[in-house]
Amino acid sequence: MEKRRGRKVMKDKEESVDDDPWRWLVHKGIVASFLCIAVFALLVRAAVSLHPYSGAGNPPKYGDFEAQRHWMEITINLPVKEWYRNSTTNDLSYWGLDYPPLTAYQSYIHGLFLRFFHPESVSLFTSRGHESYFGKLLMRWTVLSSDALMFFPAVFYFVIVYYASRPHGQKTDIAWHIAIMLLNPCLMLIDHGHFQYNCISLGLTVGAVAAVLSNKELVACFLFSLALNHKQMSAYFAPAFFSHLFGKCIRRQNPLLEVSKLGLVVLGTFVLVWWPYLHSMEAFLGVLSRLAPFERGIYEDYVANFWCTTSVLIKWKRMFTTQSLKLLSLGATVSTCLPSMVQQIRAPSNQGFLYGLLNSAFSFYIFSFQVHEKSILLPLLPASLLALEEPFLLKWITFYALFSMFPLLCRDELILPYFALSALFILIYHGPSGRQDRRKRLSFNSVVTTLL
Amino acid sequence: MGLQGATSTPHLLWFFGIATCVKLLLIPSYHSTDFEVHRNWLALTHSLPLSQWYSDETSPWTLDYPPFFAYFEFFLSIFANLIDPQIVHLKKGLNYSSNTVVSFQRITVILSDLCMLYGVYRLTKDLDSKRRTLIWVLVVWSPMLMIVDHVHFQYNGFLLGFLFISLSYLEEGRDLMGGLFFAVLLCFKHLFAVAAPVYFVYLLRHYCCGGLVRGLRRLLAMGAVVTAVFAVAYAPFVYHGQIQQVLRRMFPFGRGLCHAYWAPNFWVFYIILDKLLAFFLRKFGFATPTPEASFTGGLVGDSSPFSILPQITPVTTFMIVLLALSPCLIKAWREPQPGMVTRWVAYAYTCGFLFGWHVHEKASLHFVIPLATIAVQNMDSARHYYLLSIVSCYSLFPLLFEVREYPIKVLLLLLYSIIMWLVFSAKFTDGEEAKATAPIKKEAGHVAAKKGGFLIRGIEKSYLVGLLVVEIWGQLLHSIFFGERLPFVPLMLISIYCGLGIVYSWIWQLRWIIRSPES
Repeated sequence: MEKRRGRKVMKDKEESVDDDPWRWLVHKGIVASFLCIAVFALLVRAAVSLHPYSGAGNPPKYGDFEAQRHWMEITINLPVKEWYRNSTTNDLSYWGLDYPPLTAYQSYIHGLFLRFFHPESVSLFTSRGHESYFGKLLMRWTVLSSDALMFFPAVFYFVIVYYASRPHGQKTDIAWHIAIMLLNPCLMLIDHGHFQYNCISLGLTVGAVAAVLSNKELVACFLFSLALNHKQMSAYFAPAFFSHLFGKCIRRQNPLLEVSKLGLVVLGTFVLVWWPYLHSMEAFLGVLSRLAPFERGIYEDYVANFWCTTSVLIKWKRMFTTQSLKLLSLGATVSTCLPSMVQQIRAPSNQGFLYGLLNSAFSFYIFSFQVHEKSILLPLLPASLLALEEPFLLKWITFYALFSMFPLLCRDELILPYFALSALFILIYHGPSGRQDRRKRLSFNSVVTTLL
Repeated sequence: MGLQGATSTPHLLWFFGIATCVKLLLIPSYHSTDFEVHRNWLALTHSLPLSQWYSDETSPWTLDYPPFFAYFEFFLSIFANLIDPQIVHLKKGLNYSSNTVVSFQRITVILSDLCMLYGVYRLTKDLDSKRRTLIWVLVVWSPMLMIVDHVHFQYNGFLLGFLFISLSYLEEGRDLMGGLFFAVLLCFKHLFAVAAPVYFVYLLRHYCCGGLVRGLRRLLAMGAVVTAVFAVAYAPFVYHGQIQQVLRRMFPFGRGLCHAYWAPNFWVFYIILDKLLAFFLRKFGFATPTPEASFTGGLVGDSSPFSILPQITPVTTFMIVLLALSPCLIKAWREPQPGMVTRWVAYAYTCGFLFGWHVHEKASLHFVIPLATIAVQNMDSARHYYLLSIVSCYSLFPLLFEVREYPIKVLLLLLYSIIMWLVFSAKFTDGEEAKATAPIKKEAGHVAAKKGGFLIRGIEKSYLVGLLVVEIWGQLLHSIFFGERLPFVPLMLISIYCGLGIVYSWIWQLRWIIRSPES
């Protein structure tokens, strides 16, 4: 109903331009409207932080909150080389580190912050299962600050770059797009409710995407390598980055030089981050084995991907060995993201790159090994970046993503924020001036994406 | 007009929807003892017969609002009983704070905000759609209502809705309905009676006019309506012989001049002056008596909490409020214009806040929210509202003293200031808007006409920056310099600093009322 009325407003632009709230938001420029929306987004995040976190009051294992707290405890109390090694002081079966070293460094910094204000929450051994008002507050503030310092500036950078190349766009669209990206209900529920730090790796990825769109490829490689080193799941986007940058490089004067420049940046970043673990093969493999826990099987819990869904009919775990399942999932993943990769190598374009991100993220989510339901955030990111091109797609992906997280949120008692944030998303999506669905560009990639 | 009406109303619902989402997220936040107060009222209206509502002492949070509010709580308790009977159990429900009761009560506040929504809709029905949407943004997204109603816990939005409905009828010229709704409001919360003199004078001159016979007939009609409303409210208690007890509960003058946390009103300055005078006189060797009583305690016999300055009694405050109101009443008597009613009523509540007895800082809601509805009339009013709303919202900060709510209250205020700046700039972009309808002032809109935009003067900007300084002092510097000593100083600083802003607002409103043109 509101959408129909909204369309009428768009037609009678002359009469109603004055009372359109989106126009008030944008008439002072992008910076002012971004500031306004960012403050609102922070407020909503602060409000979500009031709610319970995962594993609250649930001994002996608790949940992701306890895992993050434990990593802070480990990183500030033990030397760097011990972080990934099983020892008497570091029992890897109790929430051992299973993300790459950048997460460990980030936990270290946050651990210092916590130790300064509330030492009992991160003292070695005695703080296991530590739950207090002040401890929760400080942890929540670490996520809020990470979000504000990493994700928000990245989104701002992206918006500036994206709209610099589209001068005929409407300013109110920009505000709407910013709101859609910053008020993503899934990200807020996972990061500020359930408790995780996806904002850091997603922020670095958005920064890398923006750098690609503004032709700063070296910066893009650096930022994306950092994202990979924060959470290995960022590799969902790797095919798109690789194919687009490769496609661009082979069109240049000296393709070998270009490729090696990018390769050097990536290698350099990895060496920088993994430096403490490069002194021996054993240490390196030790960390690597923590990152890819194949023994956990092809799927766990309920996740909306191919293997889990079809397991109702085909009992994968019973019929195949882990080794063959690994190969099967690899094959399926690669074959489904191959089309967009090939297209980008042959004809790289900014639009194609964004669709390629969507494509590869989805193919990994659906066919990859050991996908967690929280990984839906990864396909959701390029969908929100493409919000203006594919608003319909974004709406339905968000709803399905929210719905797929429902069991997880039920366990965490986050049902109230779930409904409130879903309602907020619907309201923002169907803003008072209405969203006119742009004509869908039937590019090669969008067809493939929609099919997937 | 019809088309614009059709396109604007969804905006109101959209704003309300966004605000509701944020309110839902704030459900698990800190709630004050007011939460237990209202839960207790649910319990006692549900479990006890009417004759015992005002005499029950099971809980220290006794019923001290007029009967309509008690009936409202009784209505809510029916649903509470269906959801969780322990909420309304008189003894077992004491200090009950599980998820069910918190969610239930919070949701009743959110739903009762629909009353305010209707009130502000009605009040702005006849304005052009740009102004209307602007007022909706200012009222529906007010951080003061968010902080007081949805975190601290009260039902102010609901009550202000009745005030707006009454004001909307008065502005339309339908005085009888306006008077009716005001009488209803008084039977919900008697604190609103501060504006009663304004209503009385206005209705007498505007409604009961046109010759002796017609005037007398109308006077009787109005009197009958008001009496009927009061009868519906109080009759059951008169029947049970409880009326004395009811009045005693409603007017507890045993309390002191100031609340435990000093509301930023005039008496703060009076107290500070008294203390300073006593300090200096003692330094110069004069023997000054040390007061036995305290400002926040009750009146103890003849002893006064003041060393030098004369004692203040409830009667004194009453007289001073009336004195402060008198210019407004004189104006209303001479020229009862419907368009000025909102300003007069807001002025009345400002006077009541500044000079009243035992004023809570939450009472600033009563005049700040109505002033939002007239803030869009011209640039001067907009500037004034900008300053006033920020100052009074800041004065409410000490209500939420837990660390968890700190980012929320700061972000609410910051967001509102940015939104106000954006919408006022959008409205007053050209010099035309800024100049029009300002009261007769020599330097009328010259500032605005020159630059054509929403600007805050230098002195106001520095005052707002001063707010930031006060906050940094209270949160950070005080504990660095003084440690644990003088713990009351940060709160006192907030009261004094905000008091300056409120006094400025009072003077501005008074000037406007005195200088308003008579047609």
